[in-house]
Amino acid sequence: MSERLLGLLRGRPARTLLLAVLLCLPPFYLDAFWLRIGLFSMAAAIGAVGLSLLSGTAGQLSLGHAFFLAIGAYGYSYLASDPGPGLPPALAACCAVLLAGAAGGLFSPVAGRVKGIYLGIATLALVFLGHHVLLTWDSVTGGFNGRSVPPLTLGGFTFAASDPELVVLGVPFGAEERLWYLGLALFAFTWFTAGGLLRGRPGRALAALRDSETAAAVMGVDVARHRAAAFVVSSMYAGLAGVLLALAFRRVVPDYFSLALSIDYLAMIVIGGLGSVAGATAGAVFVTALPLLMTRYADQLPLVTAPGSAEGSLGPTEAARYLYGAAIVLVLLYAPDGLHGLARRARARLARRRTPSGGRNPEASASATSAPSSASPSSPAEPAAAAPRSKEHTP
Amino acid sequence: MTGFLDNVLNGLALGAVYALVALGFVVMFKASGVLNFAHGSVLLLGGYLIAVLHDDLGFAGALALAVLSTAALAGALDRFLLQRAGQDEQAAHIQTIATIGIDILIFTDLARRIGGDLLSLGDPWGDAVTELGPVTVADSRLAAIAVSTVVIAAVFALFRFTPWGLSLRAAAEDLEAAALMGVRLRRVRALAWCLAGGLAALAAVFLAAFPAPGLERTTGQIALHAFPAAILGGLASPVGALAGSLLIGLTEALVVGYESDLHVLGDGFGEVAPYAVMLLVLLVRPTGLFGAKGAARV
Repeated sequence: MSERLLGLLRGRPARTLLLAVLLCLPPFYLDAFWLRIGLFSMAAAIGAVGLSLLSGTAGQLSLGHAFFLAIGAYGYSYLASDPGPGLPPALAACCAVLLAGAAGGLFSPVAGRVKGIYLGIATLALVFLGHHVLLTWDSVTGGFNGRSVPPLTLGGFTFAASDPELVVLGVPFGAEERLWYLGLALFAFTWFTAGGLLRGRPGRALAALRDSETAAAVMGVDVARHRAAAFVVSSMYAGLAGVLLALAFRRVVPDYFSLALSIDYLAMIVIGGLGSVAGATAGAVFVTALPLLMTRYADQLPLVTAPGSAEGSLGPTEAARYLYGAAIVLVLLYAPDGLHGLARRARARLARRRTPSGGRNPEASASATSAPSSASPSSPAEPAAAAPRSKEHTP
Repeated sequence: MTGFLDNVLNGLALGAVYALVALGFVVMFKASGVLNFAHGSVLLLGGYLIAVLHDDLGFAGALALAVLSTAALAGALDRFLLQRAGQDEQAAHIQTIATIGIDILIFTDLARRIGGDLLSLGDPWGDAVTELGPVTVADSRLAAIAVSTVVIAAVFALFRFTPWGLSLRAAAEDLEAAALMGVRLRRVRALAWCLAGGLAALAAVFLAAFPAPGLERTTGQIALHAFPAAILGGLASPVGALAGSLLIGLTEALVVGYESDLHVLGDGFGEVAPYAVMLLVLLVRPTGLFGAKGAARV
């Protein structure tokens, strides 16, 4: 009986369900500070998954993610509020996502032709030009001071502090609590759609494109169309993340959507591990939560002083930046496949320990028969470690 | 008309300084396939060292020491950090992103030290100006053009006439073949990074000299304008970097000079004009003006 229960718990659907239930609990136990960290992390994760599709799977380096986030955020706040068309917020959110996708599509003449590092710098141009537009197009963007973001309403339910007042199980539900569930829903949507994309035909086509464009074209992948499509889809995820960020911030300002933000997103997918949805999520949580936590717990850390104390001392913001920079360098040089790769290797090692005679591991023998041309394994443990690694792009 | 000449001369001076930075990008890219995002911070470090040391050592001494330090730092970063990730093309992408992390580390430290200050580099030109026929130019601008010309000519001579230059060109052409012919890739690479680091410190002098107010924490970010310059010329082409830098410098100076006529584009368009020019060029020539269109081998 208990063994069957354990087996059930180990199944994939059960684990997903357990995780979902756990993620639904925090609003009942944590205060607004933690909920905001979670909210920003979820928004960042959605954007990072989009960038991971583009840079990790399709191999198109993009430093322009902040631009598409800005389109989502500004698109929503313009379309939904008064100096603007004043659409119903839910419709405005959808339109903002489509708008971001359209912007990605407009960039496709460049994205389809320019490759590698050249593309990275070309997308850098988007960030600078976009920032300039945000600063100068006052009537739409509100200029330097930005504009305030109207709350999202969905069928009479507002994702803000009141209207209707809501108390669930004795916990008053304010803006953070409500937005938490919205973010969770959007994140789940991203997780499943991106996972499906990666596992299905488009994902394999994009990976083939990354590994060798010529080979992919010979196999029947339409190169230009897939490169452009990757850009559009990635921009739409960025737009969605932008909408959620705008809702969480309640005000959008141009300076937030700078080159530093693009670099943050690149760092997220690199730290997490390129081309995997789970990795992008882990990286997003790390990069988003680290500075916020450092600032909050600055006084309890050694060598770090509270903000605004003595001149020349190490403040929490700087300490967070040091850690962040060091994390990028260390992860890239010592674990180039990121947190996701580290987790996978740890799992492979555990699996090996559980089956001491590695050669009789069913997974290992399967990989050995499927690759008959490979040289005979030098040690019995090696195929067990190699087998998961060959499934490089499963999320 | 004098306004136009003023702008052109300004643009040439700006382009000459960008060329020092862009040439650094190109040298590093040729040797290692890495686009160094930390170059702006290395430049800032060079400027900061000069600012701190010029009281004790005099300007020339401080400059020499700063050039040596940034060269050593850039070389060491490449040799002891980046080269751990290997030499092939895949590794080059990883190293490119790793330089972003390095940039964050160096910049955070320098920004903490500089704070909101404006540092003077103690350069010998001060705010002196020279009358050249109808136009008035700052001496520092003329010095920028002269020094850049000499230094860039020297770097081209290095490429052309020294064994190191030959090795570098061979390595850029075909890594494996070069290694088989006895080119010491690691050393060639590290030396290229040293050269780029030294050039960055030199560029810092002119970016902080009059009419700029002095060295600020954002000076390194101004060097980001050399990105479009290097890309627009073709990342692997030193001549391209030169042409791209002049084009970017002229564009920026002209857009700033005629800002009142270009009001449609909004205030401060000069800041982003280099990027607009780069996008236009990349649309027509995806590998830059002088970039080689590599044939795909199947």
